[in-house]
Amino acid sequence: MKSFTPFQLIVVLASALILLFIIAPLAGMFVATSPADLFETAKDIEVQQSIKLTLWVSLAATVVFSVAAIPFSYLLARKSFPLKSIVTGIIDLPIVIPHSAAGIAILGFVSRNSLLGKAGSAIGLDFVGHPAGIAVAMAFVSLPFLINAARDGFSAVPERLEKAALTLGASPSRVFFTIALPLAWRNILSGLILMFARGMSEFGAVIMVAYHPMISPILIYERFGAFGLKYARPVSVLFILISLAVFILLRMLARNKEQKPVHHA
Amino acid sequence: MLKIDNLSLSLPGFHLKNISFEVADGEYFILLGESGAGKSLLLEAIAGLNKIHEGSIKLKGKEISNEKIQQREIGLVFQDHAVFPHLTVNENISYPLKHRHLTAEERSKRIKPIISTLQISHLLNRRPATLSGGELQRVALARALVQKPKVLLLDEPLASIDSMLKSDLRALLRQINRDGQTIIHVTHDFDEAVSLADRIAIIDNGKIVQTGTPHEVFSNPVSGFVAHFAGIRNFFRVRIERKHDLVTAYPHENVPITLNCVTNSDTGYLLIRNEDILLSAENFESSALNNFEGIVEDIYPVRNGEEVVVNIGIPLHAQVSRESAEKLGLQRGKTIWVHFKASAAKLITV
Repeated sequence: MKSFTPFQLIVVLASALILLFIIAPLAGMFVATSPADLFETAKDIEVQQSIKLTLWVSLAATVVFSVAAIPFSYLLARKSFPLKSIVTGIIDLPIVIPHSAAGIAILGFVSRNSLLGKAGSAIGLDFVGHPAGIAVAMAFVSLPFLINAARDGFSAVPERLEKAALTLGASPSRVFFTIALPLAWRNILSGLILMFARGMSEFGAVIMVAYHPMISPILIYERFGAFGLKYARPVSVLFILISLAVFILLRMLARNKEQKPVHHA
Repeated sequence: MLKIDNLSLSLPGFHLKNISFEVADGEYFILLGESGAGKSLLLEAIAGLNKIHEGSIKLKGKEISNEKIQQREIGLVFQDHAVFPHLTVNENISYPLKHRHLTAEERSKRIKPIISTLQISHLLNRRPATLSGGELQRVALARALVQKPKVLLLDEPLASIDSMLKSDLRALLRQINRDGQTIIHVTHDFDEAVSLADRIAIIDNGKIVQTGTPHEVFSNPVSGFVAHFAGIRNFFRVRIERKHDLVTAYPHENVPITLNCVTNSDTGYLLIRNEDILLSAENFESSALNNFEGIVEDIYPVRNGEEVVVNIGIPLHAQVSRESAEKLGLQRGKTIWVHFKASAAKLITV
């Protein structure tokens, strides 16, 4: 039998404790929730609507903001410009500031009196208390995950390949779409999944902008406030299960794409 | 065809200075220089990947130094091929044709003769990750050729190919050139340059130091650097004195070398081939006018015998057979006589 040195034992023990720390509360919650409760909660229209809303608004925020965030990541990976380190720092700002504070900032930004709010009102769109406002709040806190992952992906694409494409007569935009984007796709996809996940789980920023319509994290908070732990638990379990299912599905899709070249080999 | 005039370019830590040369239509032109001499940088400048700071690049009479890369009609094959890893061989080769609005028939008309010359028809559906270095090089060449470039630039195309395949690829490059393709090829390999080039330019430390046919360049090297490339070890800068009919060259004040030539120059370069130098244990009367006593400084085996470095005030390299070396008892520190004819010492004036 393999014997461990004292140091290896300490490392294994520390790892086990950390894993337990993550798993135990979640497992406890799952165990404490009876299948009957779970089934009842799943039938609850309010719960169903909130989960649907959370999923599609986070997805929409991810898709809409990625249109600008991906080219921005490309710029960050390829060009050096004055104050670039400051720009890089700004991108990480939403991760480090309290999300409730971020929510307050966004509320000011999209409220009826703000420039954006007024522009929205002109076309009949009120961000406050509207899925569009929720999407803005979700995007604000989750964009860094996409930008950082995509930037790393673009940085890993050898610049020579892009130079080669230019000498083959491709325009810079064609080089971006046919060389840089496909080669960085693995990282970008991973960034998109992270952004989507982070957006879905956001509570602090969203509650400032829109208590209603209610996304799942706010519904869980409300059930807990109004009815206590027993009633908040099944909603939490259900939301976690659905989130997990979505991630596993997305990861599987991403993996299939990654493995494609190997099949051809 | 392609005329580079006074091109200068500075990058952090490196400069190209006043580069000028001309390449004729259909010519195979080689830029020969050591790593870090600025060869690749020059190629990238011609292709438009590096912006030049001064000078001009004219292609068929048209100034192209401000032209966009994709409009220069110059093909470039990178040293590491830069074949797109996410595309099949076929997709790689068709890449330059995709935006040219050609029909499928026209596309295949362009591709077919090229893949047949390069013998890669069987690789079309493969992914680059499954190809060998030689195969990747052929794919990169095919991809550059389908766009029918006016000039094809090759950056060390044989550097990553094992020696067995090198001669095949050399033959292929010669074939492509014979078919009318103008080629500028960058290398650090002397043999490669001699075997392929119509003309050679030697580049050293960001400057072109000599241009000409391989014969012109290597029989009349104008610098120790060029001579070194040609494998010539005895290459000295000399002062020349003329007395009556006698021309004497001084690589060192105490080493007068008698020459058999006519010149008006006061300085020049002296070249003596290793194999023209005779060694003997004692001085003897012969037709050789140059006889010096010296000390063996170094001796080491080479392909055809022994290379002996004798210090006669200057280090002189001689080549002898192993048998001769043994017979003379050559070893470091031994005193020995060196002989060579006046006609073996070749004077190059610039």
